[in-house]
Amino acid sequence: MQLRRKFTEITLYLIPALAVIGFVYFFPLIKVVQYSFMRIKGTNFDYIGLTNYINLFNNPKFIEGLKNSFLLLISVPIILVTAIFFAILLYERMGGWKLYRFTLFLPYILAIPVVGVVFGYIFQLNGILNFFLEKLGLEFLINDWFGSSKLALWTLMFVIMWKEIGFSIILIFARLLSINQELYESAEIDGASWIKKHIYITIPQCRNVISFLSVILIITMFAWVFNYVFTLTRGGPGNSTMVSEFYIFETAFRDYNQGLGSAAAVILFIIMLAMIFLYTKLFGKEETD
Amino acid sequence: MTFKNIKPRKNYPSLVTRQLLMLSLVVLSLFPVFFMVNTALKSKEDYIENRFGLPQGISWQNFREVFLGKDFAQWFLNSILMTTVSVIVSLLIALLAAFALSRYKFKMREGILKFVISLMMISPVIMIIPLFVFMSKVQLTNSYIGINLIYTGLLLPFSIYLLTTFFRSIPQSIIESAYIDGCSSIRILRNILVPMSMPPIITLIVINALWVWNELLLALIFLQKDQFKTLMTGITVFKSRYNVNIPLTMMGLVIVTIPMVVIYFLGQKYFIRGLVSGSLKE
Repeated sequence: MQLRRKFTEITLYLIPALAVIGFVYFFPLIKVVQYSFMRIKGTNFDYIGLTNYINLFNNPKFIEGLKNSFLLLISVPIILVTAIFFAILLYERMGGWKLYRFTLFLPYILAIPVVGVVFGYIFQLNGILNFFLEKLGLEFLINDWFGSSKLALWTLMFVIMWKEIGFSIILIFARLLSINQELYESAEIDGASWIKKHIYITIPQCRNVISFLSVILIITMFAWVFNYVFTLTRGGPGNSTMVSEFYIFETAFRDYNQGLGSAAAVILFIIMLAMIFLYTKLFGKEETD
Repeated sequence: MTFKNIKPRKNYPSLVTRQLLMLSLVVLSLFPVFFMVNTALKSKEDYIENRFGLPQGISWQNFREVFLGKDFAQWFLNSILMTTVSVIVSLLIALLAAFALSRYKFKMREGILKFVISLMMISPVIMIIPLFVFMSKVQLTNSYIGINLIYTGLLLPFSIYLLTTFFRSIPQSIIESAYIDGCSSIRILRNILVPMSMPPIITLIVINALWVWNELLLALIFLQKDQFKTLMTGITVFKSRYNVNIPLTMMGLVIVTIPMVVIYFLGQKYFIRGLVSGSLKE
């Protein structure tokens, strides 16, 4: 009786969630694998074996996209180091820290399309950045920031970092607040320098937050930058800012090649799984405190 | 969270260095926002003569013009509709699931939770093709139902995770005494757990609302007709339509941003605390 009632209740509570999750995640994940072996034309679905995958790896646009997605990962350590540094500054209660905390979080609230459009204007050839550079007599730095295929990816990376860093700072800062003060006091008595103190106490204490953030940032940089690319560069000039995610979108919804797009999605998925697996193997597990 | 004053000492970065570093980061963070608002307040003529300076008197012309634009008000309503529906529906479903995952003990409990958490890492772009094929087949593209269903699903993993960790931190004794008083389980959830869980619930509302409001990829694909567009897809249209009138575009962006700044302000007190308590259980 009791057991039966318990079983019914659990099922009733879980069913809505599992049904929606099944529809939005589970069913598409199976289907996308199936589609990746198909040619899809309108309502015709034909199995064509590995053709999509072979085409994909002979496609310079896809390869370029993959390469750029990996290049964007360079920003992960940069964000982490900068965020740790500024979180420590905030934590050490410099004057005005409350105000700083609020302003540093502001970019996180802005919508990416908004950020994209605004930065698009700032970095224009006749935009405000180049205007300032000229006024400051730094003409040699003037560039077509998004128009040059050499610079576009790095400008894009800068915009993404600008937007994402606030979240990391706040999260690390919040963790710092709960560190046991005695750890620092004893280090200070021993006369440890500022840098040593933070390398040997702060960073190990923040281990969990840092690894949590690393995973989030890796995923963001690798597979969650569509909004930036769409509003800022659409993959151009040439393929210089093409990333895997944007490639999937273009292939499936502009070129209407959904089979090829699915194959790209499967590869992106596998790489992400592999990276996360590798990451947890290397840095995961061990608990602190 | 007590925290003692840490006095600057020898071989520590000096106060001036600190303030300078921090100020430069703040200027960097604020400059684009300032640039956006500054440009939005200029009249068209003002902008032509004086592109980067401060506005010569504030012009509200743009504000009116944005809202008078044929579709803008519709997009605004659509965004509000999508955000409200998916945030509320996902919250209700997540509350039920988190209740089952925290207050009952059964075999697959940890397995289900782990599975749900791992879904947080999957980017929507991976599911988008099959979802589009399916939605086209059942004619739910360009409809409020289709997109809300997808948004709800995408919000669920994080919501379930945050609520489950919070529910598990509530002492079992409180629940047991209610059971003894003869409360049904749904009433325990509604009358005891929900009122106790306001910080994570508010955190979820803020984060999820930000996410849906700012979402672009799915909105582009599933809502292609003008009447269903959200503000974010609208912005991209807006930008190309008014490419010559940059102050007007900027005003559009400012208006789009305001609701989220308001939500953030309202939830700020709980927001960071809720986020940390959930995602960083040490």
